[in-house]
Amino acid sequence: MTDRTPDVDDIAASERLGGDRYFAIAILVISAGLLALIGDQTQWKAGKGLLNQPAFWPGIGLIGMTACAALYLAQSLAARRIAAWDRREFFVWIRCLEYPLWFMAYVFIVPVVGYLPTTVLFCPLLARRAGYRSARALLSAALMGAVIVVLFKALLQVRVPGGALYEVLPDGLRNFMILYL
Amino acid sequence: MDVILDGLSILARWDVVAALLIGSIGGVIIGAIPGVGAAVAIAILLPATFSFDPIVGLTVLLGIYGSSMYGGSIPAVLINTPGTAVNALTTYDGYPMTRRGEGRRALSLAYSASFFGGIFSVLCLIILSPLLASIAPHFGSREIFLAALLGLVLAVVVHRGQTVIAAFLVFFGIFINTIGLHTATLTRRFTFDLNFLASGIDLIVVVLGLFALSQAFVLLVGRDDSPKAAPVSGGLFQGLGELFKYPGTASASSGFGVVMGMIPGVGEFMAQFLSYTFAQRRSKTPEKFGDGAPEGLIASEAANNAVPGAAMIPLLALGVPGEALTAMMLSVFYVHNVVPGPQLFQNQMDFVMALYLALLILNVMVLVFLLFSTNTLLQVIRIPTRFLGVMILTLAFVGVYSLRNSVWDCAIAAVFGFIGFVLKRLQLPIVPIILGMVLGRIMEVKLRASMARVKTPLDFIDRPIAFILFCAIVIIIAMHVRGLLKNRKQERTENA
Repeated sequence: MTDRTPDVDDIAASERLGGDRYFAIAILVISAGLLALIGDQTQWKAGKGLLNQPAFWPGIGLIGMTACAALYLAQSLAARRIAAWDRREFFVWIRCLEYPLWFMAYVFIVPVVGYLPTTVLFCPLLARRAGYRSARALLSAALMGAVIVVLFKALLQVRVPGGALYEVLPDGLRNFMILYL
Repeated sequence: MDVILDGLSILARWDVVAALLIGSIGGVIIGAIPGVGAAVAIAILLPATFSFDPIVGLTVLLGIYGSSMYGGSIPAVLINTPGTAVNALTTYDGYPMTRRGEGRRALSLAYSASFFGGIFSVLCLIILSPLLASIAPHFGSREIFLAALLGLVLAVVVHRGQTVIAAFLVFFGIFINTIGLHTATLTRRFTFDLNFLASGIDLIVVVLGLFALSQAFVLLVGRDDSPKAAPVSGGLFQGLGELFKYPGTASASSGFGVVMGMIPGVGEFMAQFLSYTFAQRRSKTPEKFGDGAPEGLIASEAANNAVPGAAMIPLLALGVPGEALTAMMLSVFYVHNVVPGPQLFQNQMDFVMALYLALLILNVMVLVFLLFSTNTLLQVIRIPTRFLGVMILTLAFVGVYSLRNSVWDCAIAAVFGFIGFVLKRLQLPIVPIILGMVLGRIMEVKLRASMARVKTPLDFIDRPIAFILFCAIVIIIAMHVRGLLKNRKQERTENA
């Protein structure tokens, strides 16, 4: 499921996968940054014991995170590695950021255009972006989108509101679309 | 006997039977698709089950949980790709058997071993229930706090070679759980004056991000692949009896599954690993393990299928989930105002029994389904992986957005999806985050509740069960540190 199948020689050269060092630095910076903010983001309540202070459990979490992140970075720095692997992996992470954006675009469009129309358009568009070009694949994606909407909204009645555009539809159809699609 | 009949009467409803059927067959299909897995499916379906009756919602999810590993064995045996992560060891012996032209025999053995493990664990549960019902009330706040702590310690130490990062992720989970309003003092913690953070970060949002969205991102970014498996010729009935040539392996492996499943934070991987190692040691032909040994296949499948039933023990008896899937189920219990814990065993034993019986029935349903539909399921395996990514991303939206129609929830899920993506790329574990969140919450509440009766630190462990749990934690940490020191000494000797 992953394209990270390293060569045996590469494994022998490095005990850590590429990108590990960037990850270690990032988690240490974030953990230490959050720990530095603990006084600002939690309050000290007079008359309460240490265990009942609002800062106690975030403190446990952040101190543990910072200590473990520091240790993990030390381990990462000590491991032999190929620097190019780190950079290559970093760019894979950057490339991935496109898909959370697709997801958020979908989230923003659904309440406006409506669940069914958005999904039936979104699935083939994303499928096309994923590399599928044939009419059959795009049609399958649109069909899959329609099935998902019917299954979840019409049959399982999950709470997805009707789109703002549904308001322009005739009365009977509008109610049907809002309730089921 | 009355309790069993009461449990059966709870199940004797058309909607429960339908839920059982849909859950178990759906679980097999989901398990058979490499790259999906029960966690993703349960995370997506979780909000949809909130409108159901507790027993119906739980039966669907239980069905998926209990049957996905059956389905996962199909690609593991036929194309050397585990359908779910816990079928990984099945590939060691299943695939070599397929290459020898024994695919049908391997599948029969996998199904029968899975069935044996599943039934074995449910029977253990039913037999152990009276004992559990008598022990569970002795678990007060202190004991539950220590059981949760034990779960976290185990969640860290079982990740051999990755304990530091597993510990980091557990602490990260504990921290995420603290974001929002501190109910005891009504003060905000790490909300950065953002109102949407005041109600905290929902476990289901995190689960959907870490399991479903991250998997969609992994599939969309990775190479496209469309696995192909040759159809299995001949019936699958003939091989079922072969299991009885290895009664010791099947029983011991199921036993490992039950014991490991009961211990919070351990789960299928450890059960599989221990049972496989044990089966290899006691085998007359240990050299065949990894090269198509039927005992290896039985050890792997019997152990992992015995875990789901046993994992329900800490969840139902103590309200302490042992791994990510039971942690998700805990959310369903809470949504339906069913609070797992000692009280559930005392007051709603018929409900508990109904869940056990549902597990028993679903094992029978799944076996029958698989015996007749394996070749049809092979079509499902062929779904191209990036197409699967599109499907999971679209489905993840339903899961997150339908919770409370919040764009912020979706944004948080997307962030956790990215975090999960990075963790998966680095082959680091995800489950410790979920356990940190769930068990961290339990620990915070139970520690606060127990401190009223504790004057000195020793009071905390002055009751027998608390003392035993404390000793277990100390021993596990000591053994782990000893193992680390031993390994380091060995490495130094080798380098010298």
